[in-house]
Amino acid sequence: MFPIEKYHMAESVQDAVRALAEDENARVIAGGTDVLIRLHEGHADYRNLVDINRLDELRRIWKEDDGSICIGALASFTEIMNSPLVREFVPVIGESVATVGGPQVRNRGTMGGNICNGAVSADSACAALVHEVDLVIQSPDGERVEPVLGFHAGPGRVNLKTGDLLTHFRIRPENHENMGAAYYKYAMREAMDIATIGCAAGLRTKNGAIAELRLAYTVSAPTPIRCPEAEKTAAGQPLTTDTLDAIAQAVEQDVKPRTSWRATKEFRMHVIRTLAARVITEAAAKLGEQVA
Amino acid sequence: MKRTITMTVNNKELTLDIDVRASLMDVLRQQGFTSVKQGCGVGECGACTVLVDDVPVDSCIYLAMWAHGKNIRTAEGESRNGELSPVQQAYVEAGAVQCGFCTPGLVMTTTSFLENHKGEKPSREEIRVGHAGNLCRCTGYETIVRAVELAAKKQNEE
Ligand SMILES: Cc1cc2nc3c(=O)[nH]c(=O)nc-3n(C[C@H](O)[C@H](O)[C@H](O)COP(=O)(O)OP(=O)(O)OC[C@H]3O[C@@H](n4cnc5c(N)ncnc54)[C@H](O)[C@@H]3O)c2cc1C
Ligand code: FES
Ligand code: FES
Repeated sequence: MFPIEKYHMAESVQDAVRALAEDENARVIAGGTDVLIRLHEGHADYRNLVDINRLDELRRIWKEDDGSICIGALASFTEIMNSPLVREFVPVIGESVATVGGPQVRNRGTMGGNICNGAVSADSACAALVHEVDLVIQSPDGERVEPVLGFHAGPGRVNLKTGDLLTHFRIRPENHENMGAAYYKYAMREAMDIATIGCAAGLRTKNGAIAELRLAYTVSAPTPIRCPEAEKTAAGQPLTTDTLDAIAQAVEQDVKPRTSWRATKEFRMHVIRTLAARVITEAAAKLGEQVA
Repeated sequence: MKRTITMTVNNKELTLDIDVRASLMDVLRQQGFTSVKQGCGVGECGACTVLVDDVPVDSCIYLAMWAHGKNIRTAEGESRNGELSPVQQAYVEAGAVQCGFCTPGLVMTTTSFLENHKGEKPSREEIRVGHAGNLCRCTGYETIVRAVELAAKKQNEE
């Protein structure tokens, strides 16, 4: 038995927001692949649950008239991977979530839970940062939109307040059009393992030069991050191995890896530099460009 | 914290008073579906895998509440009138069963995997990725991959 003390099965988004607002200790349970593990470990933080599993409207994946792609907070990783809209417009999101756990976990876990959980290793985080997804949140005061840049506040902490329910992610056209993107997860095992380092690039090119680079990492700082120094170094440069080397150097100013049982700081730094070149090369290939 | 739920397990409708704190694994085992194995209890090993509306989930991290109105399949329901399902038969023929603890969960994963690959000849890599959520302490996995290949072949010949 899970040590649940209070449990509310929400019947609508409004009902969920009301239940969350009433009790500052209440937590959302979506797929439960983080929450139920915490409860299994006896964690006191997750004993009052607001269950959103009956809110089927939060499972949708759709395209808006302005070209925005929206992914419901309750869409499972499997549903995201298989979505034709994701494959066509934001494939790196599907490719990222395909690296989570095994099939059973992907059938239950959600991108909503993956981002709201705030884990620094979350596999959807790099792709979310590269596409600068908007988080559409319902609260007792109505709807608000939070950019994913800055949403992570620290290890396991995000900018959600009492009464907040994430309803969906929105990727505006300016954050996905004409962009080639790639993700690489470096982990000790090929399956069922969390990332030692995760890295994604979003790339736009013009006449063979880098028009815009967006580079993101997990487990390279206290939160998932973007890399301003590396991105500045890339802007306007030709797509060459020299440029990739310069980016890999610059990235050292953006990251703050730590030693843990998984890997030392020095080893992580090596992986960080190596992955930058790899994901940028792959992102370029998706645009039909080659690194000279 | 009791609730009443109705679910179909292996084609039989069950109405049960369950505790909201219970996992689907607990409830199924209490109801006698002991093919649902309790391994790690945290979604790592896949021994508790069942199909919920034909989708494999780890029943140890699935609240019984969520099964309300759903169709559940366990390894017990795959054999009919004492005859093994083609997937179960393939596991026997390939010698993919040693202690057998992982087998019911793997059989359910394979069953869903093949339902999603009808008419295809899945590669060994696809089989491995498709079964990455099930651990086995005994077989070394080679015989399991062979069992899935064999079951795929049988399915396509049908
Ligand atoms: C065996 C196993 C392997 C795993 N492997 C990986 C891996 O390789 N990579 C990886 O990134 N993760 C992995 N995970 C972690 C997990 O699957 C993910 O973090 C998952 O995305 C969480 O989603 P969920 O729907 O299950 O969230 P839940 O567990 O239901 O919730 C997680 C957190 O998010 C909050 N939350 C959820 N939805 C909302 C919402 N709509 N609004 C506000 N708050 C919300 C909850 O309150 C909770 O704090 C693994 C887990 C297991 C059990
Ligand atoms: S017992 Fe459920 S996954 Fe191990
Ligand atoms: S046969 Fe023993 S665990 Fe797989």
